Amino acid sequence: MYTVGIDVGSVTTKGVLLNGRDWRHVIRPTGCSPRQAGLEAFEELLGQAGLVRDDISCVIGTGYGRISIPFIDKAITEITCHARGAHHLLEGADMVVDIGGQDSKVILTDGRGNVVNFAMNDKCAAGTGRFLEVIAAALGADVSELADLARGAEPVQISSMCTVFAESEVISLLAQGVDRGRIIAGIHRSVASRVAAMAERLGKGGLILFTGGVAKNDGVREFLARELGRETLVVPESQLAGALGAALLAREKPVRKER
Amino acid sequence: MRPQMMKIFENMRADNALTVQNAKDNGFKVVGMFCAFSPQELVLAAGALPVSLCGTRQEPIPAAEKTLPRNLCPLIKSSFGFAVTDTCPYFRASDFVIAETTCDGKKKMFELLAQYKPLHVMHLPQGTDRSGALQWWLEEMNLLKERLEEHLEVTINQEDLRAAIKLSNRERQALKNLLEVNRLDPAPLTGMDMLTAIWVRGFNVDKEEGIGLIEQLTEEIRNIAGQGISPFAKGTPRILLTGCPVGTGCEKVVRLLEECGGSVVCYENCTGIKTLEYLVDEDEQRDPMEAIAERYLQIPCSCISPNPGRLELISKLVADYQVDGVVDLSWQACHTYIVEGELVRRHVRDNCGVPYIQLETDYSTSDIEQLKTRISAFIEMLNGS
Repeated sequence: MYTVGIDVGSVTTKGVLLNGRDWRHVIRPTGCSPRQAGLEAFEELLGQAGLVRDDISCVIGTGYGRISIPFIDKAITEITCHARGAHHLLEGADMVVDIGGQDSKVILTDGRGNVVNFAMNDKCAAGTGRFLEVIAAALGADVSELADLARGAEPVQISSMCTVFAESEVISLLAQGVDRGRIIAGIHRSVASRVAAMAERLGKGGLILFTGGVAKNDGVREFLARELGRETLVVPESQLAGALGAALLAREKPVRKER
Repeated sequence: MRPQMMKIFENMRADNALTVQNAKDNGFKVVGMFCAFSPQELVLAAGALPVSLCGTRQEPIPAAEKTLPRNLCPLIKSSFGFAVTDTCPYFRASDFVIAETTCDGKKKMFELLAQYKPLHVMHLPQGTDRSGALQWWLEEMNLLKERLEEHLEVTINQEDLRAAIKLSNRERQALKNLLEVNRLDPAPLTGMDMLTAIWVRGFNVDKEEGIGLIEQLTEEIRNIAGQGISPFAKGTPRILLTGCPVGTGCEKVVRLLEECGGSVVCYENCTGIKTLEYLVDEDEQRDPMEAIAERYLQIPCSCISPNPGRLELISKLVADYQVDGVVDLSWQACHTYIVEGELVRRHVRDNCGVPYIQLETDYSTSDIEQLKTRISAFIEMLNGS
């Protein structure tokens, strides 16, 4: 039985094709058309496996773009999908911290992949992947280099939470001659403490899986673990947790939309 | 099957704007009220028409922001914006306006609003757990009575007060009966329709006629329910909405809750049960002013500190309406409800055994997708999906 999960995020679109214990994935930028990105991810998955639409029992769409992809059988929020995917990726995980392009979420689960409670950041971009991108640009760096640049540096205090004000703050810190690594470490800490504050209100997770694009940044992960005081892990497939969760839910509760 | 009566309720706010104008032309005085603490019995006893002025629409907010700070709650901005743009027929029709010191934002806004209308601000006590609170509030009632008599050039007598108490109690009871149809599972009326029906009470010019319409609607819904018909499938998660007031124009959270697969079965907020739960004591031996004061002081609003009545009411409603999840709606910058949300969260978690979510938003549509994600995930959680 083949099922597919398509996670159309604000920055990247992830697709997972699941069959028994095997699964394959694709990742591509969402760009300006979530609908097109979702469709391309789906077709690429089918093409790689030599399958056609009718071979797939159920396709579940998730992520902010889930409403714009027409070929899915059902849409489920990324919160439910991340909880399910995390359970598959990290046995025993009972909390998921997901920091994506435009929002961050903390999800408390029952340890079996079901959501017990969750919190999401407010509607601004503070403490998200977009925030890191803006700051990286102000520092003349690529977002993928941030962790390396900040390694071992003593974090400087960043007081602004708003993306726009934080960018101004970073620029003035640079003007004062503060070391770039220290500024980046400060930014990492500010992202982590913002998310940790959300997590505190949900209750204690024992084992935390860190997912979403920002999970690729080890600097943020380190501060998260420190702020949360719990083991906070990233697995190689962390970014795919939502799409994988969608494919798993498609297999467990398959639905077929009339077409 | 949607009740036929709903069509009447849908058009009532617009239709009644004309009725208010006609009544004015016939010499009736109109008194605008901003909040559930305004004692409509005094207005009725003065022979005037009470109308609701609480701003629930986005449209006048930009005009209000020319004067008021942007990070103020949308209800205050909308209320003020309607007044300064002269776009609310009910504000325009008001000969006199009653306001209350419910929160800091409102009381200072009323100082600005006083330029536009003759306005009286009632001073609420901070809490109800001090010995002088009721006496304070009774004095405020007496002061309001004097102001009304002076402005409307009438005398409010005990007999008229007692009649107004009975009429207002009947209205409350009729509305409560209407709300209680949704104790049935599945609910026979959508939360959206319920909101439309209960919200227009503030624009009912003829109270008797209004009560009659509410009773007819309740009867029609009971008949529909009797045939086992509901807009919801069995098992649809049943939501209790608590928090800030909601009205037509700012119903987006109610709409999303139902679009995302929930059924809003009960309104705890001051649009709903909060103001209907308590009736004014009709005991003829008592001073009617004291009975009115006592009843209004029982309203469990977050502006009262402490406010245990709200928690008790939520517990009761969760049981009475077989609620599966509590949604606490806070308008942005409504400090009292946002902060009290933490107490509600703990109370619901520890005493009600159902999930709780606080949603903070404003009247705009800018965060619809983010809200949809939160709300869908909450409903998915209730469904154990």
